[in-house]
Amino acid sequence: MRKFIDSISSKFMCFFTVTASFIVVFIIFGLYVKSIPILELKSVRELLTSSSWHPLRGEFGFYPFLIGTFWVTFLAMVLALPICLLCSVYLVEYAPKKVKEITKPLIDLLAGIPSVVYGVFGILAVVPLVRELSQKIGISTTGYSVLAGGIVLAIMVFPIIISVSAEVISSVPYEARESSLALGATQWQTVKKVVLKKAFPGIVAATILGFSRAFGETMAVLMVVGNVAKVPHSIFDEAYPLTALIANNYGEMLSIPLYDSALLLGALILLFVVLFFSIIARLILMRGEVMS
Amino acid sequence: MKWSHFEENVFKTLMVAATLVILGSLLAVICVVLFKGVRALSLSMITQTPKGGYYLGKEGGILNAIIGSLYLAFGATSCSLLLSLPIAFYLQKEYLNPRAANLVRLSLDVLWGVPSIIYGVFGFTIMLYLGLRASLLGGVVALTFLELPIMVRAVDEVLKMVPHQLKEASYSLGATRFETMFTVVSRQALPGMMSAVILAFGRGIGDAASILFTAGYSDHIPHSVFDPAASLPLAVFFQLGTPFPEVQERAYASAVILLVMVLLLTVSSRVLTKRVARYVVR
Repeated sequence: MRKFIDSISSKFMCFFTVTASFIVVFIIFGLYVKSIPILELKSVRELLTSSSWHPLRGEFGFYPFLIGTFWVTFLAMVLALPICLLCSVYLVEYAPKKVKEITKPLIDLLAGIPSVVYGVFGILAVVPLVRELSQKIGISTTGYSVLAGGIVLAIMVFPIIISVSAEVISSVPYEARESSLALGATQWQTVKKVVLKKAFPGIVAATILGFSRAFGETMAVLMVVGNVAKVPHSIFDEAYPLTALIANNYGEMLSIPLYDSALLLGALILLFVVLFFSIIARLILMRGEVMS
Repeated sequence: MKWSHFEENVFKTLMVAATLVILGSLLAVICVVLFKGVRALSLSMITQTPKGGYYLGKEGGILNAIIGSLYLAFGATSCSLLLSLPIAFYLQKEYLNPRAANLVRLSLDVLWGVPSIIYGVFGFTIMLYLGLRASLLGGVVALTFLELPIMVRAVDEVLKMVPHQLKEASYSLGATRFETMFTVVSRQALPGMMSAVILAFGRGIGDAASILFTAGYSDHIPHSVFDPAASLPLAVFFQLGTPFPEVQERAYASAVILLVMVLLLTVSSRVLTKRVARYVVR
């Protein structure tokens, strides 16, 4: 009887595990089936490179939204990356134990704050800041801009980049550091020439993970980038990221022909980009784990 | 001073500055939202549902959203806990060979990275297909998808940490894998599991994009799983979207409620984990 329970439970668990690992495939399939109608009418190239978005006339060009997403995400990464790297090197190599113990939970706290709260913070603090900044330079904007979105997103990706890269840096073997220090290198030289070189693939992976998190973030970005469907020309222009497009329009205008199909195609593009990046990042991290 | 020492000092200063920037931004987010929101916060906000004309600045509160959010997060967390325990146990080396287990882990990690809006859109598409309206049930299902990978991976990490001597002791007494897993290993892993549950709960209560279409919004507290349910993140979002300053103030207050709930969860997770950890064999 006990053997029987064991084997039954194991089959049961196997079933759940297999199902769970195919959820991604299932989602891709579902989104693809629903976006077939628009793919049959238009070529993928036309959809991706046309910048006229007029659902009522049946024109669906994703170009402004893709560019908007890329700009905001790219800016966030440019802002976040140096700060995160310096911080994680500090936490692993330099910081006294006490500082580490206080800082780690605080960074986890940052990860737990809901994205809507970041959005509210963006509207209350970042948007006015950007408005003032742009007035000083002599451009007049409302403050709802690519820059505001980038700043908010940068704060949101801090925790993921720091936690992954700190883990990678601390997994560099101690002997490597010691032999460098024994040769008379300063601590920073050791970090620069030995630790960071060894941790490089892992740091790339951390960056990619941060990028894909930022790429798919919806609510906070939606609230601060202004949502104007045109290609942004400077960081003070408004943008309309893909996620915001889906969140604003899906579920409402399903009566317009092809509209829902187009939006689901947008979701599919988003999913593909995110999947591509996160699979690469995870493979790099897994390889590092096997080798160390 | 030598160049290398100069460089050392410059970078050390930069690093401290970077860490301060990060901690400062955490402080800024919390303080800005709290200061702005506390002014509009009142007792009626958390004890009443919206009355007529609430969205024009009249009386009422967001009790519907608070209760709705709790329902959604509780439902999704219990569902995903039930689903994730078997999966996390199955990933251990007693059941699945490590190669296959790593493949499943990869797929779950990738699932973790899927943006929540995708779950929302996909969930809504399925609901349309089945002929369901936006409802509490839909929201719970979408959130369960969102929480599942987080929960499985967190529990899995905890289970991996369980010392193998403990398991071996159990096996040597003739216990089956099932018995070992659910009596010995799970007790040892309890503190970690609890923090995984709280982590997932926090993620579920704060997520807006996945329930935007699936759970809908209503001014009433849902009575059955087929009623649409309001939620705190969406309450913040919708109230900010109105043109009236009074209502926008209330959005900030709602954000404070949400933020305080999440912060309390995080703190309580630390305290609880410490308390339960007394029963763990070291």
